[in-house]
Amino acid sequence: MIRDITIGQFYPADSVIHKLDPRVKLFATMIYIIALFVFKGILGLGIITLFLAGIIRMSKVPFKFMTKGLKAIVLLLIITSVFNLLATPGDIVFWKWGSLQITDKGIINSVLMTIRLVYLILGTSLMTLTTTPNQLTDGLETALKPLNKINVPVHSIAMMMSIALRFIPILIEETDKIMKAQMARGADFESGNLIQKAKSMVPLLVPLFVSAFRRAEDLAMAMEARCYNGGEGRTKMKPLKYGKCDYISYGVVVGFLVLVIVAAVLLPFPQG
Amino acid sequence: MSIILDKVNFSYSQETAYKIQALKDINLKIEDGEFIGIIGHTGSGKSTLIQHLNGLVKATSGGIYFNGQDIYDEDFNMKELRSKVGLVFQYPEHQLFETTIFDDVCFGPKNLGLDKKTVELRAYEALRSVGFPEALYFQSPFDLSGGQKRRVAIAGVLAMKPEVLILDEPTAGLDPAGRDEILDLISKMHKELAITVILVSHSMEDVAKYVDRIIVMNQGSVMYDGTPKEVFRQYKYLEEVGLAAPQVTYLMHELHEKGLPVNLDATTVEEAKESILCALRNNEAKRLQ
Ligand SMILES: Nc1ncnc2c1ncn2[C@@H]1O[C@H](COP(=O)(O)OP(=O)(O)OP(=O)(O)O)[C@@H](O)[C@H]1O
Ligand SMILES: [Mg+2]
Repeated sequence: MIRDITIGQFYPADSVIHKLDPRVKLFATMIYIIALFVFKGILGLGIITLFLAGIIRMSKVPFKFMTKGLKAIVLLLIITSVFNLLATPGDIVFWKWGSLQITDKGIINSVLMTIRLVYLILGTSLMTLTTTPNQLTDGLETALKPLNKINVPVHSIAMMMSIALRFIPILIEETDKIMKAQMARGADFESGNLIQKAKSMVPLLVPLFVSAFRRAEDLAMAMEARCYNGGEGRTKMKPLKYGKCDYISYGVVVGFLVLVIVAAVLLPFPQG
Repeated sequence: MSIILDKVNFSYSQETAYKIQALKDINLKIEDGEFIGIIGHTGSGKSTLIQHLNGLVKATSGGIYFNGQDIYDEDFNMKELRSKVGLVFQYPEHQLFETTIFDDVCFGPKNLGLDKKTVELRAYEALRSVGFPEALYFQSPFDLSGGQKRRVAIAGVLAMKPEVLILDEPTAGLDPAGRDEILDLISKMHKELAITVILVSHSMEDVAKYVDRIIVMNQGSVMYDGTPKEVFRQYKYLEEVGLAAPQVTYLMHELHEKGLPVNLDATTVEEAKESILCALRNNEAKRLQ
C-alpha cells in the first residue's frame, strides 16, 4: 500500500537512459512537460506516446513498477477528470442539471487532462527512477550555476532537494514500521467513517513527525561534524562530463519538441 | 495454544529489482507455555519471522496455523490474533504518540474494546509490572530517557494481556541493571501467567540463562532448533555464521582440555560453578586416597 509510491525512488538497471548525464535528463523532462502542455490534436499525442513508450522500453524499468506510482494519485485523477467533465461549457450539450453539464468539450477536456496527468507522472517518475538523487542534484546544481551571480543560493537549494528526495523512501519505510507497531497494539487504519479514519491517523502521524524531526537534527549534526559549510570551494569527486550519447540525446529531444509543435500546427484536432 | 508454521517463505518487495528473500522454507511448531529464544546474525530474518506470527506480514507462500486455524483464511479474525499474540518491536519507543505515558499504555487495551475502568486498571498494572516510577505516569512520553521509553512501550503491549508474548531485542541499548530487570520480569511473567514467550536476542548469555529452546536463524532459514545445551554444543558452527556460545561454554571446554573433567554442557554461570566445584572436589578426593 504505502510502499507503492514510486516518486523519488531509484530503480537500478544497466541501461542507456541510466547512463545519460543528469543534465540531459533534466532538460528532456522539461521539454517533455512543455510538449505535454502545448500539444494539440491526436497526432501530437501519438508522437508523445511513442516517445514515452520508447524511453520506458530503453530504460529497462519494468512498466509494472512505474504504474505503481499512478495508484497513489488515482483519487486526484478522478477528481480532476470529473470536474473537467462537469464544469466545461461547450457547443453540444448532452446533459444538464443546474450548473452542471456534460458537453463535447468537457469530455475531450477531461480525457486530455487525465492523459496529461498520467503522462506527467510517468515521465517525471521515469527520470527519478533512472537517476540517483545524487546525480539529480549534481545536474541541477551545474545547470543552475549561472543563477549564483544574482545571489540565488543554488547549492543550498540543490542540497535541500537531494535531502528531501533521499528522505521520501526513508519516511515511507518508517511509516510502514510505525503502522505495523500500532497494528500490533490493535490499531485499525482501514475501517470506520472519515472522522474515525482521520482520528486513527494520530497514532501514526505523531511518531512519524517526531522521528522526522529527530532524523533532520541528526543529519544536520552529522553534516556539521564532517565540516560541511555550504558549497563554497567544494569540489566534486565525479564532475559531470558530456559524452557522445548525451549530445545525441539533446538532438533527439529537440527534434521531438519540433515534431510535436509541427503536429500541433498541422492537425490541431481534437483540441483541448 | 500452538502456532504452526508450514513451509513459510517470504520475500520483501516481490516483483521489483529490490526483491529480498527474507525467509526460506520455515517449518516450526511453537507449543503452549514454551520460552523460546531466537538468535541469528543481523539480517538473518528474525524480525521478519516474528512479524508473521501475528499476521502483520503475509507469507509469500506456505501456511500459518494458530490453534489449528489457518490465519490466512478469509474469515479468520486477525484482530483477535493480534490481541492474543503480543509483539514488542525492536526499538518500540518509536511508537509512542499520546500526550501522557498512561494514555499511551491505554491505547492497546482500548482497541480491544474494553470498558474504561478495565482499560485503566490494566494500564496501571502493566506500568507497575515493568517497574515504572509512578510519579511519571502523567508526563509526556517524549521527555523520557531511551530505557524508560522502552519500558513504557513494553507495558503498552503487556496491558493487552497476550497469551503469546514476542519481544524483539527488548534489551538493546539498556544498562546491565535495566537489562536484568526486564528479563527477570519477562521470565516471571512466563512462570506466573503461564504465557508463551519468544525472545529475540543477540546476547547468548541472556538466551542461555532464560530460555528452554533456541531457534538459530541463518540467512532466512532455521539452522538449529533445540535446547540451549544441544545448540551451544555446536559452538564451532555457530561461530562460522557470526554467532558464538556463552562465555562459560568456552571456559568449560578449555578446562576440559587442561584435564579437569567438567561438564561441557554447562551454559550458565551457575551450572559452570557447580560443575567446576564438583570436579575440583573429586580431584581432591582422589589425591588424598
Ligand atoms: N521493510 C523491509 N523492506 C525490505 N527489506 C527488508 C525490510 N525489512 C527487512 N528487510 C530485509 O530482510 C532481511 C531480514 O531482515 P530482518 O529485519 O528480519 O533481520 P533481523 O534478523 O531482524 O536483523 P537484526 O538483528 O538486525 O534485527 C534483511 O536482509 C533485510 O535487509
Ligand atoms: Mg530485527
